[in-house]
Amino acid sequence: MKLEDATPIIQLGAHLLVSLQGDLDDRAVLQLESDITNSVAKTKATGVLLELSGLTIIDSFIARVIARLAGMIRLLGADVVVVGIQPAVAITLMELGIGMQHLHTALNAADGMALLHEIRE
Amino acid sequence: MVLTIDSPDTVCSIDTEASLVTVRSRVRATAVDLGFGIVEQTKLVTAASELARNVLRYAERGEMIVEVLENSDRRGIRVTFADDGPGIANVELALRDGYSTGDSLGIGLPGAKRLVDDLTIDSALGRGTTVVITTWAS
Repeated sequence: MKLEDATPIIQLGAHLLVSLQGDLDDRAVLQLESDITNSVAKTKATGVLLELSGLTIIDSFIARVIARLAGMIRLLGADVVVVGIQPAVAITLMELGIGMQHLHTALNAADGMALLHEIRE
Repeated sequence: MVLTIDSPDTVCSIDTEASLVTVRSRVRATAVDLGFGIVEQTKLVTAASELARNVLRYAERGEMIVEVLENSDRRGIRVTFADDGPGIANVELALRDGYSTGDSLGIGLPGAKRLVDDLTIDSALGRGTTVVITTWAS
């Protein structure tokens, strides 16, 4: 499946902002993992914001990939905050039984950035 | 009494990962047409995505049929996932949280069931699996 655009990875100082968009198919999701982990290694980022407001659904596979991606980023020495999950997606994830309790989350990118700074202090 | 409105473009084959995208967009479009709210749409599309993935994982291929239901006071969507795969030996067990024979962590079937108004499974070893989900517009 297609990413609507190439996944934008934006560097903001020591942090990366990664915006996931479109209807992700499994292959696109796996491609993302390698793009993002490579970017973290290359830029020596200390924090990553995973911005998910562009995802209209997150099923159990995509949720697992996001959790795994967060784990990979942490292994590279960076902190991860997931932001922008749509309310309908949050409700659906909870009913599916996927709480993502082990991830740092924030409502939006600004709050997420503040949280990344807080985590490092 | 339930009326079923068929249209010819509501059958969709499930045979590659790309099919998942088609499955989601077909179900979403129908839910939008019927005026489903965003939460109902998201739950239904997510359930369809889980079930289509099950078809790919266990049977490799199958098909999805989307039907619009209508009775005197409300409208709904029925989505059928049918495959000729290995079938499910114990349907009751397969609907139990945390149970899975694949690598899906057991979220698929019981999770999908929680996202819709009704989920039924017709399956036996060696004769494929048919899963039917129904959600009514609230």
